[in-house]
Amino acid sequence: MALSGIQIFKMTPKTNCKDCGSPTCMAFSMKVAQGAVDISACPHMSEEALASLSEATAPPMKTIKVGTGDGEYTLGGETVLYRHEKTYVSKTRYAVSLCSGMDDAAIEAKLAEIPAVDYERIGERMYVEMLYVNYAEEAGQDKYVALVEKANAAGRTLVLGCKDPEVAKAALAVCKDGKPVLNGADASNYEAMNAVAAEAGVVLGVTGADLNELYDTVAALEKLGNKNLILDVGCASVKDAFAAAVQIRRAAVKDQDRTFGYPSLVNVAKLAQGDKYLQQALVSLFTMKYGSIVVMEELGYAEALPLFGLRQNVFTDPQKPMKVEPGIYPINGADENSVCLTTVDFALTYFIVSGELERSGVPCNLLISDAGGLSVLTAWAAGKLSSTSVAKFITEQVEDKIKCRKLVIPGKVAVLKGDIEAKLPGWEVIVGPLEAVQLVKFLKDMQG
Amino acid sequence: MPFNQKPQKFNATINTVEIGCGEKAIKLGGESVFPFYTFDGPIDNAPKVGVEISDLGLGDAVPGLKEFYGDAATPAEMAKKAEAMEGADFICLRLEGGDPNGENKSVEELVAVAKEVADAVTCPLVVEGCKNVEKDADLLAKVADALQGKNVLLLSAREENYKAVGAAAGLAYNQKVGAESAVDINLAKQLNVVTTQLGVKAESIVMNVGTAAAGYGYEYVVSTMDRIKAAALSQDDAMLQMPIITPVADETWNVKESMASEDDMPEWGSKEERGIAMEIMTASADLAAGSNAVILKHPQSVATISKMIKELV
Ligand code: B12
Ligand code: SF4
Repeated sequence: MALSGIQIFKMTPKTNCKDCGSPTCMAFSMKVAQGAVDISACPHMSEEALASLSEATAPPMKTIKVGTGDGEYTLGGETVLYRHEKTYVSKTRYAVSLCSGMDDAAIEAKLAEIPAVDYERIGERMYVEMLYVNYAEEAGQDKYVALVEKANAAGRTLVLGCKDPEVAKAALAVCKDGKPVLNGADASNYEAMNAVAAEAGVVLGVTGADLNELYDTVAALEKLGNKNLILDVGCASVKDAFAAAVQIRRAAVKDQDRTFGYPSLVNVAKLAQGDKYLQQALVSLFTMKYGSIVVMEELGYAEALPLFGLRQNVFTDPQKPMKVEPGIYPINGADENSVCLTTVDFALTYFIVSGELERSGVPCNLLISDAGGLSVLTAWAAGKLSSTSVAKFITEQVEDKIKCRKLVIPGKVAVLKGDIEAKLPGWEVIVGPLEAVQLVKFLKDMQG
Repeated sequence: MPFNQKPQKFNATINTVEIGCGEKAIKLGGESVFPFYTFDGPIDNAPKVGVEISDLGLGDAVPGLKEFYGDAATPAEMAKKAEAMEGADFICLRLEGGDPNGENKSVEELVAVAKEVADAVTCPLVVEGCKNVEKDADLLAKVADALQGKNVLLLSAREENYKAVGAAAGLAYNQKVGAESAVDINLAKQLNVVTTQLGVKAESIVMNVGTAAAGYGYEYVVSTMDRIKAAALSQDDAMLQMPIITPVADETWNVKESMASEDDMPEWGSKEERGIAMEIMTASADLAAGSNAVILKHPQSVATISKMIKELV
């Protein structure tokens, strides 16, 4: 339950000493109630006041950390159900599944594919972040531990899918330093699993036959003192998994039910085993709706390109415009005689276009004018990319620095050609292709 | 203490819009819950999947598509195959060739194509113009006239031509009107307001609120749809209760991930697989955000998205 400013005020020393940076205890209390400052900013709070306040003002969903070093990921900590209310804070992380029931060749092949996906998109490194190592009982403990060891050597954060406390203990012995997740507690084994997870100091994954059973098991684990949990939404059916993912998040964030205030794990590799296309559909669904870790069988380039793009979009900060500075960007060692191309200052557009220009190997100058941080067509429709804006930018900032008088404009605003030429005497305006990917061939043909 | 389940019950409902005739007619909308939230209340009309074909044929489509359509040479022949595609609920015929900056086919020629296609199939039909607002005003009005009695959905009436398209489709010829706006809740609402002011019944309107491919400004799509469904259901905003249709294929097959050749991007692997994944993931995200129908191209995407919908509803 959120507390009001008055309720918080009653617990302050009411001395108005200003040590917290606020003029009065009352002003301070109001800020705490709004979430603008943390209660710890007042150094004079009594122990018991702090204890009762921190429980009451704790965020609805816990922030759980897994992995170490570069592979440390923060899960959960969300405060809203929709991204237009406030930025989502912790990205969905994707794991590729391995199972000790697979034959060695299949395991080797899968592990070999993991490093293949590794690239940058708008300043973010995209790669397979986690491995989910499933325990197949019939294959036995030794094979599982050996697989965990091998997976650990791949340098990705691990999730161990194992319901047997003894086997889990043996597996953790070889990988616990990497802070993996141990996913395998349920109503039948939670006490033993809790002991194993606590001893190794790792996050415990919990599941249940239905939401009620899961709820009770989480409550029981909390009673044992474990609040370092992840909730596995289960594999009974796609419908149940989706219902669980949504209701867990909604109970925590909207209804302030802290028992469900944990990140979730969705195993689409199991929900749609052997059907990679359905897994593609589901990983996208669970990125939109509340999966903190999503496990899939395959994450090659075909999956990664749309998926990481989607995630990057969904988890952006709506308050922070993604803009680049207007100016002249020389590419591939361009000089004043190299051909000019123009585009807008929207970061996504800049990264896509400059990437293609680099790939072409052709020296050229990319001219970025101020278009309010909007995409080509959006800026054009909003009147922020026009023949006037381009001409003004070129006369004021380009003409004295660049000698070449050839300007390529985006194909999507081909209509601007005539007007720009009229406003820029001496320049030849060339309509480029519609999509940046076609620029490589276009520039090479132009040169040749 | 068991989990205290608190369903989100709304007293408002998304309008039900029927497209097509006879046994294969489909209903879009009709639910009082958020997308796929069957745990809050029933979803009687599951979201639908359409197959896009064009008067221009296949162009330089990926091999899987060429193989699927085989020797189908005319749009009507393609439509017959598309209708039989696994998971297909309706067909969307795009009259791209009308674009004055492209092939600039005449309105008469395109109306004839629409008629042939409509006569060749029994499934519901959506007809999309060439995106040039002036040409579409004329073209879509004539298509609406020619296909009377077929109960087709015309895409789209936009801010610039809703009077012509809306009056013909929604008033004169009793078809369904697609209202297209640019990824913005206020624009979507405004267009519905002026279209209903023309006299078009709210129950005859399906919205296309815009989309992008995953990774291409898609956050605006998510938030626009999230906010529309919230306003429609929790604030009972009658001007946002129209079901949503989203042409996905047109966005996803034109981005780099689906277009770059294997020679250019050897490490990226099969171009067709990239295109399919982009189409599937974008469609799935659209449905999660609130689309009541998606329009796709590849048989694999159509089958997959249809399967996902069946699993969820
Ligand atoms: C996200 C979005 C928005 C966001 C803006 C986000 C942003 N930062 O730009 C918001 C919601 C704010 C928005 C608003 C509007 N939008 Co808007 N929006 C879109 C959307 C969905 C995606 C745009 C995007 O991010 N594209 C990705 C970037 C990378 O594309 P790009 O910049 O064009 O770059 C590509 C190419 O142009 C090329 N390229 C780029 N530079 C260069 C340079 C050269 C030399 C060459 C050769 C090629 C090249 O390479 C890139 C990749 O191939 C599109 C629809 C769509 N699916 O495209 C509509 C769209 C662009 N919007 C549109 C409109 C009308 C508007 C509004 C005017 C609506 C209104 N009346 O309020 C407003 C205007 C904004 C304002 N007043 O502030 C229309 C434009 C219609 C038209 N044809 O003119 C579109 C097409 C939607 C539609 N179908 O109606 N929009
Ligand atoms: S530091 Fe504490 S006691 Fe001092 S004014 Fe601030 S709230 Fe009051």
